[in-house]
Amino acid sequence: MNTKARSMLKKLTRRNEPYIFLVLLALCLLIEIRSGQFFSSNNLVDIASAMVVPGLLAIGAFMVIVSGGIDVSFPALASLSVYATTKFLLDINYEGGVWVAILIAIAIGAVLGAFNGLFIGYFRLPALIVTLGSSSVFKGVMQGALNSKQLTTIPVGMRTWGTSSLFIARNPVSGLTSRMPVAFIAFIVVLALAYFMFRFTMFGRGIYAIGGSEASAHRAGFRVIRTKFMMYIMVGMIASLAGVIRVCMMQQMHPTNMLGMEMNIIAGVVLGGTAITGGRGTLLGCMLGTLLIVIVENSLILLGIPTSWKSVFTGALIIIGTGVSAYQVIRMNRTRSVKIKARRVA
Amino acid sequence: MEKISNRPVMRLQQIYSRDRHLWRLVVMILAWMVFIAITRFGKFYNLLNFQTMAAQFPEFGLMSLGVMICMITGGIDLSVVGVANLTSILMAYLLIDLTDAAGGLPGFAIPLVFVLALGIGAGLGIFNGLLVSKAHIPPILATLGSGELFTGICLAITKGNAVSKFSRTYSRTINNRIFDLIPIQLIIFVVMALLIWFLLSKTVFGTKIYMLGTSATAAKFSGLKTDRLLIKTYMISSICAALGGMIMLANYNSARADYGTVYTLQCVLIVVLGGVNPVGGKGKISGVVLAIVLLRMLETGFNRFPKISSYYISLIWGGVLILVMVLNYFTENRRFRKKIAR
Repeated sequence: MNTKARSMLKKLTRRNEPYIFLVLLALCLLIEIRSGQFFSSNNLVDIASAMVVPGLLAIGAFMVIVSGGIDVSFPALASLSVYATTKFLLDINYEGGVWVAILIAIAIGAVLGAFNGLFIGYFRLPALIVTLGSSSVFKGVMQGALNSKQLTTIPVGMRTWGTSSLFIARNPVSGLTSRMPVAFIAFIVVLALAYFMFRFTMFGRGIYAIGGSEASAHRAGFRVIRTKFMMYIMVGMIASLAGVIRVCMMQQMHPTNMLGMEMNIIAGVVLGGTAITGGRGTLLGCMLGTLLIVIVENSLILLGIPTSWKSVFTGALIIIGTGVSAYQVIRMNRTRSVKIKARRVA
Repeated sequence: MEKISNRPVMRLQQIYSRDRHLWRLVVMILAWMVFIAITRFGKFYNLLNFQTMAAQFPEFGLMSLGVMICMITGGIDLSVVGVANLTSILMAYLLIDLTDAAGGLPGFAIPLVFVLALGIGAGLGIFNGLLVSKAHIPPILATLGSGELFTGICLAITKGNAVSKFSRTYSRTINNRIFDLIPIQLIIFVVMALLIWFLLSKTVFGTKIYMLGTSATAAKFSGLKTDRLLIKTYMISSICAALGGMIMLANYNSARADYGTVYTLQCVLIVVLGGVNPVGGKGKISGVVLAIVLLRMLETGFNRFPKISSYYISLIWGGVLILVMVLNYFTENRRFRKKIAR
């Protein structure tokens, strides 16, 4: 093996993504062998459509975790903004397209995100506490002030958008069909934008810098407070978009349905190798981790495991996955210090 | 201790400034009590109401104590509800086995169940502690994962159903009142709180925990066995949670995998509101107990206004948390600026 390939391999084994990819592959193959249904076209489409909402939420959670914070309020935030939007559109008997719904929800999401950003950025309060408090506040506003109830009908524009599909996959064996929702495009677009932002903009690099060390980022000239503020606004917008998509796909608005998702989303992000302390992680890993969680949640039934075992697997996955990445960090530090010592001896 | 001045105003000021956060909570509780006294006196200020409150809060109060002790070390315990439910479900199955044909329980059953619950709690806590200390998984993720795992085990063994067909004697015994006045749940909570207070402020173990929370590196280099310390901490936390689970078992007279799921975040909220710094190293049990009492009073007080949706409580709750934090921010800043000015 030439040295270039070897160094590349070495680089790959130090990262988290290859491992998570292998686990993912192993799981897929296991399911395929057991059921023969995993790589059928309709199952793949099903997984892709199940990935849309968690994927979007994971992008938002990823941004926050990279910046060294943590956000547990995004399900409550999304529920509130979507409930307000749907209720408002129903009240005015709106019959136009889905765009208005998306725009209103994103606008509300931005305001709510700014609420988080204000306290975390300008008042420098710990992100965990603020988002705990704000998720409680959002829930209170939704269930108390807006007196939320399950809305079984949603505006016609949202309904048709939710049922419209890019293409329909049909399983030749079982005859089951699955639709690829149009919302998948929204997911891909947001993902591409986030990738571009993290890779090529000062703002995105600033998020990494803040996560690495806030003081250093400040001295390097990043506007720490403003970056954080803007970031939480963006997270609010992404979460609200995910909320609208979820409501459209479910064809009804269930106010408390999304609450409690936060922990699994964060778990997926961290499984993908994002450091919970901030500053490290890739969008690719984050998506792989989320995909793993989504597959475990959706496809265990294909393995013949009853759904009541789902949480056991998710929990074990979180512990093993984070354990592996924790072990890698230790190993990396150890080799680094060994190298430094070797250099000193030389 | 500093000398306390004789002039009453100065004295009050001194007492206040020694622990601003604590006194702010006291003021809030008093203000709420006055407000309730003015608006709904008869419905709130009666013995039965206080007894009900005292029987309700220990279940999440005990869990909060566990979260607190972990947070002092700079960690967190998100698995408390999972531990509580797993304990209560296992013990419910045991109680079903022990229930005799007449529907009664043998005399040794209740002490046995409690001892076993403590054992299960300790075991699960050691598991958490190992994950945090030996596997070096960040506490928030380790306990998130183990909490999910415990809940999963609960779901797998109960298939999501409630376990309830055990003798009512258990629930009746725990719901007794000593001298017809003090609920047993309250006594369990107070004993546990006193125990933790003693551990934290009177023993070397407590001092070490605060040291570890202030700076893990410094603690390690000063020769503390941090791994063992962490395992002990998470063990205590899970024991508290297991006791909380036993109280839930008595209060609902059944056990289920999804009981008390809101408690996870509520406990964190209580602990932070009680003045524990999530970064670690700071916090007192008195603050946490006050926060627990404040939460219970707010909720019960709100229920006395049937016109107001009970959902507003979560709004108030989050609002109070953020308000307290912002207040702390301003006072800390002012003090900080004063220091710099000097």
